[in-house]
Amino acid sequence: MNSLLGFVLISVLILIVIVQIARVTELAGIRRGDKETQKLTNKRNANYMMWFLAGFMIFCVVSALHYKNYFLGYGPHTAASSHGKLIDSLFNTTLFFTGIVFVATHIALFYFSWKYKEEEGVKAEYIAHDTRLEIIWTAIPAVVMAILVVFGLSAWNEIMADTEDEFIEIEATGYQFAWHLRYPGSDNLLGTRNYKMIDGSNPIGQDWEDIKNHDDLHPGEIVLPVGEKVRVRITARDVLHNFYLPHFRVKMDAVPGMPTYFVFTPEVTTEQYRENLKEYEEYQVPADLEDPEGPQKWEVFNYELACAELCGKGHFSMKRIVKIVERDVYDEWLKEQQPYYMTSIRNTDADPFKGQKLASDSPEEEAPAEEVSEDADIVAMNAESAE
Amino acid sequence: MVISKGIPTYEEKLIEELGYDDHFHDHHDGDKFSANFINTYIFSMDHKIIAKQFLITGMFWAIIGALMSLVFRLQLGFPEADMAWLKPVLGKWITVNAEGLGALSNQFYYALVTMHGTIIVFFVLTAGLSGTFSNLLIPLQIGARDMASPLLNMLSYWFFFLAGTLMFYSLFLSTGPFSGGWTAYPPLSVLPQASDGSGAGMTFWTISLVFFVVSVLLGGVNYITTVLNLRTKGMTMWRMPLTIWAFFITAIIGLLSFPVLVSGFFLLMFDRTMNTSFFLNEIFVGGEALQQVGGSPILYQHLFWFLGHPEVYIIILPAMGIVSEVLSVHAKKPIFGYKAMVFSMLAIAFLSFIVWAHHMFMSGVNPFISNFFVIFTLIIAVPSAVKVFNWISTLYKGSIRFNSAMLFAIGFVSMFISGGLTGIFLGNSAIDIQLHDTYFVVAHFHIVMGVAAFFGMFSGVYHWFPKMYGRFMNETLGKIHFWGTMIGAYAVFWPMHYIGMAGVPRRYYRFDTFDSFSQFGELNKFITVAAIIVFFLQVVFVVNFFYSIWKGRKQTVANPYDASTIEWTTPINAGHGNWPGKLPTVQRWPYDYGKDGREFYPQVEPVGEEESEVH
Repeated sequence: MNSLLGFVLISVLILIVIVQIARVTELAGIRRGDKETQKLTNKRNANYMMWFLAGFMIFCVVSALHYKNYFLGYGPHTAASSHGKLIDSLFNTTLFFTGIVFVATHIALFYFSWKYKEEEGVKAEYIAHDTRLEIIWTAIPAVVMAILVVFGLSAWNEIMADTEDEFIEIEATGYQFAWHLRYPGSDNLLGTRNYKMIDGSNPIGQDWEDIKNHDDLHPGEIVLPVGEKVRVRITARDVLHNFYLPHFRVKMDAVPGMPTYFVFTPEVTTEQYRENLKEYEEYQVPADLEDPEGPQKWEVFNYELACAELCGKGHFSMKRIVKIVERDVYDEWLKEQQPYYMTSIRNTDADPFKGQKLASDSPEEEAPAEEVSEDADIVAMNAESAE
Repeated sequence: MVISKGIPTYEEKLIEELGYDDHFHDHHDGDKFSANFINTYIFSMDHKIIAKQFLITGMFWAIIGALMSLVFRLQLGFPEADMAWLKPVLGKWITVNAEGLGALSNQFYYALVTMHGTIIVFFVLTAGLSGTFSNLLIPLQIGARDMASPLLNMLSYWFFFLAGTLMFYSLFLSTGPFSGGWTAYPPLSVLPQASDGSGAGMTFWTISLVFFVVSVLLGGVNYITTVLNLRTKGMTMWRMPLTIWAFFITAIIGLLSFPVLVSGFFLLMFDRTMNTSFFLNEIFVGGEALQQVGGSPILYQHLFWFLGHPEVYIIILPAMGIVSEVLSVHAKKPIFGYKAMVFSMLAIAFLSFIVWAHHMFMSGVNPFISNFFVIFTLIIAVPSAVKVFNWISTLYKGSIRFNSAMLFAIGFVSMFISGGLTGIFLGNSAIDIQLHDTYFVVAHFHIVMGVAAFFGMFSGVYHWFPKMYGRFMNETLGKIHFWGTMIGAYAVFWPMHYIGMAGVPRRYYRFDTFDSFSQFGELNKFITVAAIIVFFLQVVFVVNFFYSIWKGRKQTVANPYDASTIEWTTPINAGHGNWPGKLPTVQRWPYDYGKDGREFYPQVEPVGEEESEVH
């Protein structure tokens, strides 16, 4: 309460100061005379215009250089997917054209403001229009826009086209507030789903009568082989979410009742990406500031999956780790995964085939359910990198 | 009735000589409107009073909206800071832990973000900007006694007031105000199970905005009718100032797009209350599978953005009109390319209706459709560029009188360029894959339609303050306000581009969940501090405004800026009916500045035979 009272008091003081400034300057202006006051003002503010121009341009350049590592296509944050490189280069083409316009128009705007301030004996010129000039500066942006549209749309249609080649299909289902991941298992087919079958043991409503579901995996993170095409089937259980992989330039809404997809090819393994980060100072610091001897930032880097469509109060926390590995590591990882049906549904009351013999039944079926733990995986990956 | 005292001015003499006598003051209608306090200042039908009502209500909402942004900026800049001191105001939305440290609840963070957007977009930049200046300037600049329907005009304000009251009330609900983003996408906005704010908060939100649309439509019908039918003798369409063109086009856009929004809201209400499924399909929420199937959340997005996109032009066009007028008057030069300015506004207005899906590139619509929206979106850059070049050319070889209005007009052009150029990135769908829903978008629209529109509004307030109150605002405070805000606004929003390029999503309560998004702690602190400073500079404006109403320097001449347009031919503090005698007749276009060695020709002066260029 005290701090609020202090706040009010300070506000009142500021108010009094403002009013006093107003009164004093009003009186000073009257003493000097309207014309003199305006003359002084013109000179001052015209100069401020030039100062602002210089300051603003310096601010832009310095801040851009300082943050250049976060620009698309520079520094450690170049795209880790093949189509992402296309996006980065398009971004930079646009930056080039808009940069020119930005600088040129700002110089003209502030320079003219300074140059053509009101001065005694100088009158404004009567220039109402200039058809030739107007045609030129309508045509130039039109041409530039045409170039950007052509580049942009050719990239867009290439990126968004569904694929007919061979691809790895995975599924991500957004719900409040996490992602549920599904891999198709050994048959390479995702089984059918029915949202009315969702319950505690069936988080995405898989229809267990569909045997395509029986080998589907529910891993805790995304693991993918480098250089292979991936098609993500994106769905949502409750409200809109957005499947967002910032490093891969992948983003697509997850819509309840309407699966969407995104096709991309990861090109940089997690290990390679870490090696790239190693070059940059900001990553050569301990990951945990309280443990200066611990691993450095680049060593613990991981690709991340986030949500980019407001989905409720936990929107900011929908994280999954994404790992890009070599094909053989991927195969090994895949082999370790247990189908969800086998570990959690088989022969429970939820299993329509309870007590019946299935072709997929194997001795391992009786093995206890094993949750995929992140630690185990990191150990596996580190072992891999040690080789 | 106010009759100008003293020696009649040159313009008054011209009106007396050439004006049109509509016998307005022969009837007592004029007096009837100002019979007592209540119908002079509260239920007023005078367009000038209604304009002030819109402005002051808009200022009230701007302060509320800005304070909200400060609270969530504190959360983003200083996530670990103690917020217990806000508990007396925010109550249960601040949770205090065992050590006495207060934290803002994430539910309320999202409510604040949502309310900030809704309030600033609709209540401040639509009602506060277009409502104020359309009301003030349309009758004054076209030579009308008042709006075509003063009654509808009054109702327009009071529907806005009602909408505001409901929204204000919703801030105090136990489940909190609506918290699903100002776009209110279903299913989140439909399902109270999915978010506390989607309960009563959302009910109030939709009802409030339906009343708001009623207000906009009543206003819009009035503006259009007035511009088309009540122009004084000689005021052809091509002799209208660009402000009037802007308000006229804005009103048409509003009239065509707001009803679509309302239809979306009604379907939303049906989904919420009657178990229909316009926007719902196969949802499992709160432990149960909903019965509704067959709808599409994307349909709502189409309906919303069919208004939503024109809405940004509803916000920016009036600012453009004001800036065009102010630049011309204070550079003492005709606006460069008057007809090009009008045609570019018409082009922007037309294009604004066929670009809405550029907000939805990543929403799951067929990617093929996006091709058209990319093309039309980038075409908008052409008329926008024409406008920018014309504004800059207006300054060329001018004789610039620097006052607060002119400074804000120049600042507007800078903001419009900076924010407009980033639109070229976002309008290109391929780049939008990465930038969509990141801080890059936040930076883009805050600069181009937030700050720029506010600059247009400030410019207009400083410029026409004498027209409203017969006094001037304090210039020193105005300049402190301008330079501080100009620097501060860039300090707040420019760094957000970098954060956005790094891929940090908007609408995050905190960034430390993700390693990829958490490296901007220092920058976020900087932005928050800058935002607080910018807020206090707006306090300077508000104080200046109210101080000047009663204590500002008095306006001594009717036409203080040597402006051509006819609003300056009315007496100072004009009463109902605007002109005490005859209506002015218009003889020329509104931008005859600096011609033939004369500072300006008033619009009421007949064109002489020896004049060089006639428009």
